[in-house]
Amino acid sequence: MTQAVDWWAIAAPVCLVAAAVLALLLDAFVPKQSGALPCAVTLAGVAAALAVTAALRDSERAAFCLPSRLEEPVDCSWVVDRVALVWWVVALVACGLVALLLVPAVSEGEMPGGETYFLLLCSTAGALAVAAAHDLVTLVVAMETVSLPSFALVGLRRRPRRGAEAALKFFVTSVVATAITLLGISMVYGATGSVAAGAVATSVATSSAVRPLIGVGMVLTLVGLGFKVAAVPFQAWVPDTYVGAPVPVAAYLSVVSKTAGLAGVTIVVVRFFPPYADVWSPMLGVAAAVTMTVGNLAALLQRHAVRVLAWSSVAHVGFLLVPLAAGGGAADVGALQTYAAMYALVNLGAFSVVAAVSARGATLVSDYAGLVRREPLLGLALAFALLCLAGLPPGIVGLVAKVVIFRSAVDGGVTWLAVVMAANVALGLVYYLRFVATLVAPGPEGAISSPGDDHLHGLVPASVGFVISATLIGSVALSVWPAPLFAVLA
Amino acid sequence: MSSLVLDALVALPALGALLAAAVPASGHRLVWFSLGLSTVVLGLSIGAWVAVVDSGPGFHFESDASWIEPIGVRWTLGLDSLSAPLVVVTALLSWCCLVSLVRRAPDCGGSRQLAALVLLIEAGSIGTFVALDLIVFFVFFELVLIPMWFVIADWGDSHDAEGRRRAATRFLVVTVVGSALVLVAFLLLRSETGSFDLTVVADRVRRIDHGRQVAIAALLLVGFGAKVPVWPLHFWLPDAHSKAPTVGSVLLAGVLLKLGTYGLLRFWYDVVPAGALEVAPYLGGLGVVGIVYGALACLAQPDLKRMVAYSSIGHMGFVALAISTMTPQGLLAANFANVAHGAITGLLFFLVGGLKDRLGGTTFDTIGRGLYGRAPRLAALFAVAAMASLGLPGLAGFWGEMLTMLAAFSPNPALPQTTYLVLMALAGLGVVLTTGYFVVAVRRICQGVGPGDSLSDVASDEWLAWAPLVLVTVGLGVAPMAMLWSADGGASLVSAVLSR
Repeated sequence: MTQAVDWWAIAAPVCLVAAAVLALLLDAFVPKQSGALPCAVTLAGVAAALAVTAALRDSERAAFCLPSRLEEPVDCSWVVDRVALVWWVVALVACGLVALLLVPAVSEGEMPGGETYFLLLCSTAGALAVAAAHDLVTLVVAMETVSLPSFALVGLRRRPRRGAEAALKFFVTSVVATAITLLGISMVYGATGSVAAGAVATSVATSSAVRPLIGVGMVLTLVGLGFKVAAVPFQAWVPDTYVGAPVPVAAYLSVVSKTAGLAGVTIVVVRFFPPYADVWSPMLGVAAAVTMTVGNLAALLQRHAVRVLAWSSVAHVGFLLVPLAAGGGAADVGALQTYAAMYALVNLGAFSVVAAVSARGATLVSDYAGLVRREPLLGLALAFALLCLAGLPPGIVGLVAKVVIFRSAVDGGVTWLAVVMAANVALGLVYYLRFVATLVAPGPEGAISSPGDDHLHGLVPASVGFVISATLIGSVALSVWPAPLFAVLA
Repeated sequence: MSSLVLDALVALPALGALLAAAVPASGHRLVWFSLGLSTVVLGLSIGAWVAVVDSGPGFHFESDASWIEPIGVRWTLGLDSLSAPLVVVTALLSWCCLVSLVRRAPDCGGSRQLAALVLLIEAGSIGTFVALDLIVFFVFFELVLIPMWFVIADWGDSHDAEGRRRAATRFLVVTVVGSALVLVAFLLLRSETGSFDLTVVADRVRRIDHGRQVAIAALLLVGFGAKVPVWPLHFWLPDAHSKAPTVGSVLLAGVLLKLGTYGLLRFWYDVVPAGALEVAPYLGGLGVVGIVYGALACLAQPDLKRMVAYSSIGHMGFVALAISTMTPQGLLAANFANVAHGAITGLLFFLVGGLKDRLGGTTFDTIGRGLYGRAPRLAALFAVAAMASLGLPGLAGFWGEMLTMLAAFSPNPALPQTTYLVLMALAGLGVVLTTGYFVVAVRRICQGVGPGDSLSDVASDEWLAWAPLVLVTVGLGVAPMAMLWSADGGASLVSAVLSR
């Protein structure tokens, strides 16, 4: 049996994989390289994938389709629609920015160049595959393609401090999650006789005899994905992993891994189990409420800068689950993607500054004291990113993204969730503002980045500086003119 | 009539704030620059008010532009006789604050950053008053918070770094919870009417079923009530005031609290009057509790600044009672009391700040007695402000309370009349208590025999900063029609809204 493959539909991940192989080969054949070369290869791959994505924007394409019988709709394993393309853009842009953030670590020999970029590109290719997956097996394989290279990235540092432990923790959690998802999928398969979206959705809608079995299978599938997106109570691995990993990798996990997981959850609930909304909607609602509350409360207690961002990313998963809990209609998915795009941009901005400052040995929030006064670009970029995350003007982009999430909750009839969100927005403010206040406070003498100490002061690597400026300019521009961010909603 | 007047009122201070914060020039020059800019804004706002009065009811100077088209948010601004006086008060108080910064740099320095924050607060507050789109309103409402947080947390009480940070954060958190509830109410309105535009929402609001309207009105009450603040949501206010620097207290009392009362007036009267009628008695009750509670708390305060802060709770109680009557008279009274409270309490906080500059503290013990002898002009000004605040006829405070009592005497026919009579009587009791504590305060501070030191009396820059507020206080007291007449258009607008 031969299948006609629409190569355009899979061109973007293919570009990434080709770049990944090239980066690995270059590492083997070009001796004595800095981080610039593999990074350039990565960026070229990302640019090519973005170009493909742009070319696809007005069309819906599918690949790996089963030969259709007359009475049934075609079931494809790979569908590239508008929703998938938005996820692609988010993942690709984030991947490019993380690639730039990794340059100093590679140049200093802390991480091996070829492998690092190879793993990064493979993982991102997996993220694209998740967004396009249209059957449960493809989805699981794609999720694993995201995860497996990430474990290695977390533990890849040549001078491991806590990297290995972090990688192990991440690995064990993730494998358990995958096992649970597989168990759930096998139940769904057993009950419906298919793993393809169309067939599952059809039999879910028609057969009532096996409804409990399908329900349990769906819940288990979602629980497994809950591990990946780090929804409470499956968030325990996040802080330790983020702290143990190199900061750019933590940024990658918090943005690309997370959006991939959310894309997966969206696909499962929207494409496979719409008739079970009465089960997954309250389940995701409770998960959203608990996740944002626990994330914010835990973030309140942190003193370590990366841990603050780690718990804040947990809290944001809570916000991101709200539109799905509100019913997961087209407008809700648009709201989710809008928020995810905003979050990706400003969170990368925050992490890029933290990466630059961590390289000088700063770890605690108090080490950032006076950053705005000594290095205005770094300090203001971080302050602005934190205000966007908090959702308060001048971080208007964060505010309007929150408005969209609120709107989704109110329109979806889960006003109680909107009220929980209201409390959480206020809770989040406390630690974001504490961080911002530290940034603008006069720094103590002899602090980590005091002027005059050349090793610690100034010297932001150009690539990191570029990411910081780009994310700052992007978030400021979107705060003044937020319309482009909402284009996906139209 | 489309114009850029309102855009300029918002944009000038905002751009000025950016320049003052970013331009590498001497701090002093930038404070002067900020002052000049705010003078322009003040002139413009007065001109706009006069024009609004001339052209009668409805929104004027409307400005409409695309902003976030995909979610239906448009940049629509407009000014009517409800918002115009508040814009002027905001511009005036910001101007006074900047004048006070020109000569007197704060202890910890950074006067130009403080000037930038004052301008930013001015921009956000004016924006809130003139916004006609619910989301634009919300964005401006929130824009004020971060600058205010910094003003309190960084320029506040220099003896208590932890305390001022805590007070600032508490203020911020309570307000943000409130404003998030307001956002939920806005989104409920949008999901029912399909628009974020204030006038469109008001037109279509009858489509919303009654229970929903009540829920929206209740959400607005809690959300704006946290800002006003309505008892029992007032707990953040005394600490915020006592830790804030003088300009922070002036803007907090004179401008930020008005955002809450303005929000209630605008959205209860113009948008969900039917729902508000069901909730209004609760607001009236809480307002009266606030009046009595504020007065009793004032009697027990050993600190003058905290006393003025608690007196604000009482005054805001009057405004709340006026709002809760749901009549054109109530709207008039609320708006008058808003403006009067802005001028009087702004002046009181300036005077308390002046005392703090001279004596290093604001407790009655630190200030000592016999101010009439030690600094006669300062003492006289304090006495005038205190008399205005307690509602002495002939000064602005009297009319706010008087009109409120009148409005409470004949509330909207749909409201329980007897309840309002009781509320009015209790508010009268509050007036008596208020008189009590202000008279006691004037006695303790101004009269008697002082410690014998001589204080520097009111300096020329202080005259400049305080004189406009004294003029407004006396002017509105002697000729309240100046404002009532201008608000008349607003009242007719509201009665039209209420009668449908």
